[in-house]
Amino acid sequence: MTILVIAEHENGAIAPATLNTVAAAAKIGGDIHVLVAGQNVAAVGEAAAKIAGVAKVLVADNAAYAHQLPENVAPLVGELAAGYSHVLAAATSNGKNILPRVAAQLDVDQISEIISVESADTFKRPIYAGNAIATVQSSAAVKVITVRATGFDAVAAEGGSATVETVAAAHDAGKSSFVNEELAKSDRPELTAAKIVVSGGRGMQNGDNFKHLYALADKLGAAVGASRAAVDAGFVPNDMQVGQTGKIVAPQLYIAVGISGAIQHLAGMKDSKVIVAINKDEEAPIFQVADYGLVADLFEAVPELEKLV
Amino acid sequence: MKVLVAVKRVVDYNVKVRVKADNSGVDLANVKMSMNPFCEIAVEEAVRLKEKGVATEIVVVSIGPTTAQEQLRTALALGADRAILVESADELTSLAVAKLLKAVVDKEQPQLVILGKQAIDSDNNQTGQMLAALSGYAQGTFASKVEVSGDSVNVTREIDAGAQTVSLKLPAIVTTDLRLNEPRYASLPNIMKAKKKPLETLTPDALGVSTSSTNKTLKVEAPAARSAGIKVKSVAELVEKLKNEAKVI
Repeated sequence: MTILVIAEHENGAIAPATLNTVAAAAKIGGDIHVLVAGQNVAAVGEAAAKIAGVAKVLVADNAAYAHQLPENVAPLVGELAAGYSHVLAAATSNGKNILPRVAAQLDVDQISEIISVESADTFKRPIYAGNAIATVQSSAAVKVITVRATGFDAVAAEGGSATVETVAAAHDAGKSSFVNEELAKSDRPELTAAKIVVSGGRGMQNGDNFKHLYALADKLGAAVGASRAAVDAGFVPNDMQVGQTGKIVAPQLYIAVGISGAIQHLAGMKDSKVIVAINKDEEAPIFQVADYGLVADLFEAVPELEKLV
Repeated sequence: MKVLVAVKRVVDYNVKVRVKADNSGVDLANVKMSMNPFCEIAVEEAVRLKEKGVATEIVVVSIGPTTAQEQLRTALALGADRAILVESADELTSLAVAKLLKAVVDKEQPQLVILGKQAIDSDNNQTGQMLAALSGYAQGTFASKVEVSGDSVNVTREIDAGAQTVSLKLPAIVTTDLRLNEPRYASLPNIMKAKKKPLETLTPDALGVSTSSTNKTLKVEAPAARSAGIKVKSVAELVEKLKNEAKVI
């Protein structure tokens, strides 16, 4: 068995989710190859070759693969996939965008967001916003799978010594083009990789009040997240949303502030090791999953918490 | 131009589902069913395109049991012109659904197909992308803004780090994210009128599509329950517990 992992990368660096995906590949067992597709990605290829457990890195460097347009990248992956038993990508916005296109090209069903590997053909994945766990078996010749990063501990980014090969194949469907990108800037740790996450909900009342959470987060070295209510109300940008349709996090400590705990929010954070809820409504559903609950006004509790940690 | 919208009948998003005792699936008997929330957003976007004079006809399609007619009638009440039900009692995978939709696309020749980004039951997030691959069209997934101009469509997409805009040649596939729009409610007169709009029923056999699958669900279990937590009385007690008991700060 040989497994192809599609590398997730941005700004010339390997994204952390790739390391969790390689970890999932290692659990399946077999040789692991990593595909780096993009423009000017030679350095990314070198970095990928150092990932522990990787046997070979394929570098497809072409202007058509810039910005990972699925119309161009999927045919490349589909063509390469024929020689592999499994094709894996992280369940990031990129992985989710490209991989189903590859699966359809190969005429196989995809398995989305696996959280565990039972055997080479059997996997577990959450359904119904995480309220049920399905065990799914694939009989496909090439098993196409996206991996939920929080389900697997990342492999080491250093220590490997894979060979690097160039892939010449160029696919340009000419059906789509990149226009622009607006990326949110933040100095705090990345939400999906942070050890501590502090999240605010509707109870924050406005965007300005998030400064209390930022102050607490900075003291803890934490990332800041939000519920859908806080995003929809315009308090914070979308990329901070934690939940079924936002980001899935599983930090050591998740502090939910002014968040009621709707099913869709819990889907994104209930695998956190320790959950703390601060809410003035003692009936809020968030208290049913919280290890430590504090019924209090967040505008008093959060500044006090910041002082004490 | 003609717009095709795919909608799915799913368990209502407010229902807390229960896993069946025999681990064969979740219990959907006597549970409230609704249109998948992302599909509502897809219908709304199509209706807005029609109101802007961009779309001329909206065809809404659902693949599922006979009861999915309810969701199609809802879409008709919201402004779709006619509906197609591809009737299948089996639980279909995303690939099977994408193949059936491809057959409908071949038949209807829409310029734009709008789907939700994922269904809240299977949480797959696959069908739109698969349909795009099968039809050879470009895809604009997780859309938060859609602007049609001439023979192309600009789609702003929600990505992990922010937002990205791509330009796609028509015909194209768009999948909706939460923030694309706020769906309207159907008014009573429109619900009445929707009963008279045409609804065509097809079968996978009639479309010549095989719905066999390479995936098999072996079992469905309830997730591991979290052990009960405690309520602390003060911030000081909380900090003490986090430091000394949970040891996470």
